[in-house]
Amino acid sequence: MSIIVEHLSHVYGDDTTLAVKALDDINLTIPDGQFVGIIGHTGSGKSTLMQHLNGLLKGSSGHILFDGQDIYAKDYQLKDLRRQVGLVFQYPEHQLFEIDVFSDVCFGPKNLGLSKEEIEERATNALKAVGMPKEYYNQSPFDLSGGQKRRVAIAGVLAMNPKVLILDEPTAGLDPQGRQEILDLIKSLQTESKMTILLVSHSMEDVADYVDRIIVMNHGRIAFDGAPKEVFAHYKELEEMGLACPQVTYVMHDLKEKGFDVDVNATTVEEAKNSILRALRRES
Amino acid sequence: MNIVKTENLVHEYERRDEEGNVEGITTAVDHVSLDVAEGSFIAILGHNGSGKSTLAKHINAILSPKEGTVWVDGLDTAQEENLWEVRQRAGMVFQNPDNQIIGQVVEEDVGFGPENMGVPTKEIWERVEESLKAVGMYEYRKHSPNKLSGGQKQRVSIAGVLAMHPKVIVLDEPTAMLDPNGRREVIRAARGLNQVEGVTVILITHYMEEIVHADQVFVMDHGKIAMQGTPREIFSQVERLKELRLDVPQVTLLAHELKNSGVPLPDGILTRKELVDALTSLKT
Repeated sequence: MSIIVEHLSHVYGDDTTLAVKALDDINLTIPDGQFVGIIGHTGSGKSTLMQHLNGLLKGSSGHILFDGQDIYAKDYQLKDLRRQVGLVFQYPEHQLFEIDVFSDVCFGPKNLGLSKEEIEERATNALKAVGMPKEYYNQSPFDLSGGQKRRVAIAGVLAMNPKVLILDEPTAGLDPQGRQEILDLIKSLQTESKMTILLVSHSMEDVADYVDRIIVMNHGRIAFDGAPKEVFAHYKELEEMGLACPQVTYVMHDLKEKGFDVDVNATTVEEAKNSILRALRRES
Repeated sequence: MNIVKTENLVHEYERRDEEGNVEGITTAVDHVSLDVAEGSFIAILGHNGSGKSTLAKHINAILSPKEGTVWVDGLDTAQEENLWEVRQRAGMVFQNPDNQIIGQVVEEDVGFGPENMGVPTKEIWERVEESLKAVGMYEYRKHSPNKLSGGQKQRVSIAGVLAMHPKVIVLDEPTAMLDPNGRREVIRAARGLNQVEGVTVILITHYMEEIVHADQVFVMDHGKIAMQGTPREIFSQVERLKELRLDVPQVTLLAHELKNSGVPLPDGILTRKELVDALTSLKT
C-alpha cells in the first residue's frame, strides 16, 4: 500500500495562449505511514500536486497509483479514493457551518450513509484525537478560538477515517504555541493512528522537527527529495528558490566558517546546541 | 504629543442568545494605556485571542471605546466628527490581501483612497506614483492585481493606505498568509516607510523574527499589556514568553539553551550575527 506518482504533468489553460505547466513530470513514491513535508514558494505547484492525490484535479499526462490501482483507470471509483485520502484545506475553519461542534464533525460520516451509532462513535473518536474536551461538543464552532476551530475542522476530516491525510498550511495564522499544538497533533496521528501524512508548508522551521522526509517543489518540478538533513544541506540553492532554511542551519554554517568544529547538518535547536557544546568542549 | 495614545481603554464583546439576551461578556481589551511616539516602529505580539486585533481596530476608529479614551494625533476617536480625520491619519492593512484590493489595475486600486478623499486628479496620480515607488511596486502599476503574488498584493494594499498620507499605519498580521519571500518583501516595505517616509508603523504579528528591528514591543495577554520593552528586553525573557504562548526566534532560543548549559553568553541575542560573534569571542 502506497502512493506512486509516475510522470505526472498538469497544464492549466491547455489549448490557450496562457497555458501554464503547473506540474512537470513528477515521479514519487510515498510509502505507508510516512510523514512528508511538501515545501515550495507560492506558485511552485505544491497545492496542485496535493489536489491530484485525491483526484480533485486530473493530470494532463501520467499516472497515479493508489494501493497499486491506477486512479485514472476507467472503472476506478474516485469516491473511494476521496474517502481514503482526506484533504484539509488552508483555513479549514472557514468551512465549519453546523450549529454545534459535534454535528459539524458528524457531517462527513453522515454523508457516507453510516448508522447513527457509528457516526457518533467516529465523531467522538475524531474529536478525542484532536484533543477537544467534551464540554465543547454542544458549543457553536464559531465561539471557539482560532486554534480550536482548526482542530474541529481537522476532526471533521478524521471522522471519515482516511488512511492518508493531506494538510495545506495547517498552521497559517496561528500563534506560536497554537502552531506547535497542531503539529504535535498531526505527529500523533502518524505515530498512533499510523496515518500517512502529507503536510504542505512554507516554513522549514515548522516542519524540520516533525517530518521524516521533505519534498521541495520549484517551478512544477521536484527540486529536492530526502530527509530534512539532506535537503537543508542545499541551503544555498533553497535560498535562491525563495525558501529559507531553519535559522540554526545558517548559524552552524557561519560557525563552521569561523573555524568551529560543528555539525552543519544540525536542523533543530536541540541538535545545534549539542553540537556547539561539543565543539566548545573540544576547544578548551 | 504622542501620535497614538490610549488611556484605560476597555472593549467588551457581548455574546447573545437567539432572543438577543446577553449570554456573556468577553473583555477583549482590558484597561490598556499605551503611548506610541511619532515616527517609531512598534510591534504588538500576543497569542490568538489576546486582544491585539481589537486594540488595533480602535486605532483607526473601526471600534469605539466602551470605557477610556483613544487619541490619534490628538483627536479623540469617540467624537463622531473626528472619525473621518482619524481614519485618514491612521491607515490599516489587514491579513488577507484578497479582501482589500478592489481595483482592476494596480494604480487604480492605489488611487481609490485619495479619490474618495476628494484629492485633485493631478495630485492623485502623484500620490499613486510615490506610494507605489515606496513599496517597490511601481513597475507593476499597469498590472491586474489578481495576477500578483501574495506579497506583491500586500504591498499594493500598503501603497493604497500610504496614498492617503496617513501618519500611522497599523498592519494587522500582514504576513500571516505569505511565503518567506513575500514576508520579507512586506516587512522590508514596512521598515522603508518608517525609516524613509517617517510614518509611524504599528505591526501586529505572530512571527518573532519580524520584530527584532522594532523600537518598542508590547506583548498582550487576556486584553492587558503583559510585557513592554525593546526586542532585546522582551526576548531575554524566554520562559515568560512561553507562558504567554509565544516563542522567540530560533537563534535567541539556541543562545538561551546554550546559556542554560553553562556557556557564558549575553541575554537577548537577536540575530545570527550576534550569536556567531559572541561564540567566536569565547573561543579566543
